[in-house]
Amino acid sequence: MAESVTAEHEVHHPALQHHFENLEQQREAGTLGMWVFLVTEIMFFGGMFFAYTLYRGKYGLAFASASNHLSWKLGAINTAVLIFSSFTMAYGVYSVQIGKQRRLIISLILTIVLGLTFLGIKAVEYHDKYVDHLIPGHLIPGHPFSPKDVHLLPGASAQNIEMFYWIYFAMTGMHAVHMVIGVGLLSVILYFSIRGRYDPEYHNPVEVSGLYWHFVDLIWIFLFPLLYLLGRHMEH
Amino acid sequence: METGWISWLPEVASTNAGKVDALYYYLSGVTAFFTLLISGVLIFFVIRYRRRSPFEIPRPVAGSHRLETIWTVIPLMIAMSFFVWGTNLYFQQARSPKLAQEIYVVGKQWMWKVQHSTGQREINELHVPKGRKIRLIMTSEDTIHSFFIPVFRIKADVLPGRYTDQWFEATKTGTFHLFCAEYCGMNHSGMIGSVIVMEPKEFDNWLAGNAGNQTPAAAGQQLFQSLGCASCHGVNGEGGRGPTLAGLFGRQARLTTGTSVVADEVYIRESIVNPQAQIVEGFTGIMPTFQGQVSEDQLLQLLAFIKSLHIENPQQPVPAASPASTPAQPRPTPQLNPK
Amino acid sequence: MQQEGYEIPTPSKVNYINAQYGLKSWLLTKDHKRIALLYLGSVTAFFFFGGIYAMMIRIELLTPRGDFLSSATYNKVFTQHGILMIFFFLIPAIPATLGNFLVPMMIGAKDLAFPRINLLSWYIYILGGIITIWALLSGGVDTGWTFYAPYSTTFSNTYVVLTGLGIFINGFSSILTGLNFIVTIHTMRAPGMTWFRLPLFIWSHYATSLIMILGTPVVAITILLLAFERLARIGIFDPAIGGDPVLFQHLFWFYSHPAVYIMILPSMGVISELIANFSRKNIFGYKFVAFSSLAIAVFGFLVWGHHMFVSGQSVYASMIFSFLSFAVAIPSAIKVFNWTATLYKGSISYDTPMLYGLGFIGLFLIGGMTGLFLASIAVDVHVTDTYFVVAHFHYVMVGGTLMGYLGGLHYWWPKISGRMYPEGWGRFAALVVFVGFNLTFLPQFVAGYLGMPRRYHAYPPEFQVFNVLSSAGATILGIGTLIPVIYLVWSMRYGRHAEANPWHLPGLEWRTPSPPPTENFIVSPVVTWEAYEFAPPEEMEVVGTTHHRPLEDAPVAGD
Repeated sequence: MAESVTAEHEVHHPALQHHFENLEQQREAGTLGMWVFLVTEIMFFGGMFFAYTLYRGKYGLAFASASNHLSWKLGAINTAVLIFSSFTMAYGVYSVQIGKQRRLIISLILTIVLGLTFLGIKAVEYHDKYVDHLIPGHLIPGHPFSPKDVHLLPGASAQNIEMFYWIYFAMTGMHAVHMVIGVGLLSVILYFSIRGRYDPEYHNPVEVSGLYWHFVDLIWIFLFPLLYLLGRHMEH
Repeated sequence: METGWISWLPEVASTNAGKVDALYYYLSGVTAFFTLLISGVLIFFVIRYRRRSPFEIPRPVAGSHRLETIWTVIPLMIAMSFFVWGTNLYFQQARSPKLAQEIYVVGKQWMWKVQHSTGQREINELHVPKGRKIRLIMTSEDTIHSFFIPVFRIKADVLPGRYTDQWFEATKTGTFHLFCAEYCGMNHSGMIGSVIVMEPKEFDNWLAGNAGNQTPAAAGQQLFQSLGCASCHGVNGEGGRGPTLAGLFGRQARLTTGTSVVADEVYIRESIVNPQAQIVEGFTGIMPTFQGQVSEDQLLQLLAFIKSLHIENPQQPVPAASPASTPAQPRPTPQLNPK
Repeated sequence: MQQEGYEIPTPSKVNYINAQYGLKSWLLTKDHKRIALLYLGSVTAFFFFGGIYAMMIRIELLTPRGDFLSSATYNKVFTQHGILMIFFFLIPAIPATLGNFLVPMMIGAKDLAFPRINLLSWYIYILGGIITIWALLSGGVDTGWTFYAPYSTTFSNTYVVLTGLGIFINGFSSILTGLNFIVTIHTMRAPGMTWFRLPLFIWSHYATSLIMILGTPVVAITILLLAFERLARIGIFDPAIGGDPVLFQHLFWFYSHPAVYIMILPSMGVISELIANFSRKNIFGYKFVAFSSLAIAVFGFLVWGHHMFVSGQSVYASMIFSFLSFAVAIPSAIKVFNWTATLYKGSISYDTPMLYGLGFIGLFLIGGMTGLFLASIAVDVHVTDTYFVVAHFHYVMVGGTLMGYLGGLHYWWPKISGRMYPEGWGRFAALVVFVGFNLTFLPQFVAGYLGMPRRYHAYPPEFQVFNVLSSAGATILGIGTLIPVIYLVWSMRYGRHAEANPWHLPGLEWRTPSPPPTENFIVSPVVTWEAYEFAPPEEMEVVGTTHHRPLEDAPVAGD
């Protein structure tokens, strides 16, 4: 590890926290911290991926039937939206690294807008499920789950359709919660960007927020094919 | 094994119990030896090398790869001996032997319901003959329970929606504890009973003494009619709109997905409560589900009936109990948990 | 080891305890040492709460009939004993008190990487604790701390979801602590503090943190699934709708087995410190002990199925889990051998911390050995879900974790409080705990092999003699744990003042005043000595509190 130099109070960067030796150490710690946090998120989502894999294996035909009832078009649009938002986020990080304040702000705004777009389309999808009586269990009083609108592939059992939708809502719901947190996080970063807090020397919060955003995007990139696309070849 | 007024081990009452105890003695001996050895060395060092002057600093010791290797490899080898012995014994115990006599067990909060294949029912008691291999086929009506007979050194969880099994051969007559060993709610500690091992002759007499009860197979036959199974599968399982059931049990069934599965107890049960899950090749999924319409007891009875259907005697399934002549027929036993 | 321009430091009048007064300065502190004290108070409270439940269990089990508590109450009592002890005492005790206090000091840092997240983790712990206690006081939960479906999802009429929420929230406290430790250890070590100069306490906490961040999220999702199942009847664990109750067990144990290594690894870290420092010798086989900690963390994730040998799990899966369970025992054995070898030709003192350390080795030996019995499937089939298992895990958790915790608490007490505890009472309490503990749990091995199932409120009379012995021991054990609370609190006011390095040891934490100033080290010390490199007291001066540093170009920083 590089020899550290005592920070002199007259010259240290206002964003340097006192328990760190220098900005470099602070940046390193912040970045590693975000990576470790993302690892915990992988484990968290991993439990649900495991349950999905297990039940998909057990009730493949029922799950394929239920999956085919989802709108792959909306899912695909959302995927494109998120991928593009990761681009705008990365561009924002690049911008602050080269000192372009305005581009950072615009990139952040775009990313937030795209994130909200994703959530909006998700809301549309959820509403469709509500209309089709596909909200699992008795979560909506007076509107219990019923799989009758789902076309059943031969050999599929209607009994297991609900299991698919439960996992669908759990995974996309958890993902949506993380998106909301991400939008909130980026709004805070946007606020401080407008206040001029970040410069090429200090912009770690922007970087780690970008990491978080890319991670949430990555989760969706796994969710989309697993939930929407597998089994499409059996459609009709 | 008794020592004065304390007994340290339960009685040895099955072929398995003695073997488990032998492994237990081995484990105890080896671990006690090393525990005493290491503790002894520890105590010796602590006394021998106690601090004699307040600021003395002993010479640091670098460590020794040789020692590390020795005390890694030796424990590993000892551990492997435990593993091999334990796994071997487990393997013997995990697979129910062919030609074991079957007894059905249903656990529910908070009692054990036992049914012999000749029809005798018991609650919280299990009468078995000494010297014969007995296989328990078990399920639960509600939560997970566990059927534990300490003197036989066996235990297996009973699960809702599934069959599990375990087997034993008792070697001693007497009355022994039966415990539920998986916490199941309020009266878990009251879900206990007795295993009564009798001499084979006495057991046959006891079985006969309870004649008049319908065998599970006969009860199953009645259900088969009353639930309408016969209308698609034929009165004696010869088939029709639904697949043939006669001679099915224990054989392979080809499914619409192209795979084949063994038609074991689990398969039969699932075909009744979730028929869409696995459809026989050449048939469509028109069988309705009987989930909720049949209890676990009734499922076991249907199972017993279906098991009794032979291709050779299409007109005559196993008759209701004539106890003197027929102690329950042993059947070839496909394994549950084949994976 | 002499620093250029070294000046004799005067004992600091201002330390982290008296630097600021007032409740707000404590409740909004960012100082890892104050946060450690916040945790110390809370885990102690939870320990005694859980201990009260333990006493109720042992009183009931004095007699074969269920005559002290009703069945329903007893079931809640053992459940709550388990939940409080495991989630609110054993898991946080060492990492969040001793770890929080010492990790920055041992590596020469001024604080953890994320001080505010550290404080947040305490608040999360308290919030989770309050919710859990609220559930307990509202009527409690009776599913066993293991919450097996379908009893917990479909049949229990108690506050399962609320308790689950409390534990779920508490899990984040664990995750954040682990995250903080990992980042701190990677990025904030002082110059010269290379990985292999780190105290083994740090290695243990690093390994523990890996488990915390990888395992805890899985139990979080498991609890969520449990709650959804219970609230919305989705059917993931319900066989009637195609679910699988055994899936719950897999998900649950995937975390809960590594969790036991979260409980024991920090304690092992403490023991390494105690053994080395109280025999004034470097740990024999330092690298082997360090890597064993990592090995335990890794292997610990691969053995969860050994809790499920009789659950209906496949025969082949059981065999693999058995094999791996034997494998995970080996690194622990290596540690025990290395600790013992450290004592060889050492200079051993019998101070209270050392007594706890030696007691740990003996008790952990027994606990670990009985684990081998459980890994042997054929024996496990007989003893699983009996008191044999109860005895095994209490040996490693109480005989292991608690002994390490108490030993560490006494060892670092002068650093934490600036006072010495009364040595006579310390040794007495250690003895009482050791005797009481063995009397409580040794008979349970016998009762278990004889067939006494666990979680039984009433039992056949032939088991009574073992239960009476056990209850007698528990009383002694309870008293033994109360005594230190009394004299430690007493010592905070009346104990003899402690110097910076009362034990004359080389660790960085002993090179600062007792108690330390808020920022531990005003300048980063430069570490030029190996771990456990003992030297005469005059050569182990206080570092990091002066402004002089032996770097050629470093400016002299004024403050």
